[in-house]
Amino acid sequence: MATTIDSLFGVHEQALIYRSKRAEVLASNMANADTPGYKARDFDFKSVLNKLNTPAGQVKQTHYQHIAFDKTPATVALAYRTPMSASLDGNTVDTQVEQASYAQNALDYQTSVRFLNGKISSYLSALRGE
Amino acid sequence: MSLYNVFDIAGSGMSAQTTRLNLVASNMANAETVSSSTNETYRARQPVFGAVLQDEMSKQDVSSKGVRVLGVVESQTPLRTEYAPQHPMANADGYIFKPNVNVVEEMANMMSASQSYKNNVEMLNTAKQLLQETLKIGQ
Repeated sequence: MATTIDSLFGVHEQALIYRSKRAEVLASNMANADTPGYKARDFDFKSVLNKLNTPAGQVKQTHYQHIAFDKTPATVALAYRTPMSASLDGNTVDTQVEQASYAQNALDYQTSVRFLNGKISSYLSALRGE
Repeated sequence: MSLYNVFDIAGSGMSAQTTRLNLVASNMANAETVSSSTNETYRARQPVFGAVLQDEMSKQDVSSKGVRVLGVVESQTPLRTEYAPQHPMANADGYIFKPNVNVVEEMANMMSASQSYKNNVEMLNTAKQLLQETLKIGQ
């Protein structure tokens, strides 16, 4: 099995980064639920991860002097949420929608953590020869 | 780690909602404060919230970093004027002035503020739980 330490954990390492990033975005939506004129933000988690993992999106170092490519860009393309109903003060935060998204995001985060734990314990048992 | 930012964001939300609750309490307490001139009369106060934006120079895409109270505004609705010549605070014409506080509106405002506060607390608890699980990876 030709693996480097980087690829041991598969997609879950990056998933955790973007899940926590999304939690941050959703948290600021919730905090601004009563701010006039605030527009709710979000990003498409699936497309962000796809972009990182498709061959076209991967940058390879073909020369030893190349600067290492940072696989985790600090910013993701944030979009504006389409509101279910208009509000008088221009705020587009729907607390219920944000709460549901936040809960789902948290659950997905826990799923990734669970997968990581599973991988670690299987590697450990392989190393111990159990 | 972005999850740590959730603590700051939820904290800013809780602080802003506390200001709102304080103003509601102040409005309710002063709902029946009588005065003899329009200048001295208490006026209903409301906070104005504004989003705290990320440093625009360093990041391309600006996402909010929480909420803050931009200021407190006084309601411009007319004061309640009552003709009560026997009242000790009555002016020369026999009128007293009462604040423009709408108690029912304030009650609704209080419920909305406490609900928003609870939402922020829940969010913080969830983030805390996620971080605890992250710390336990591989154990």
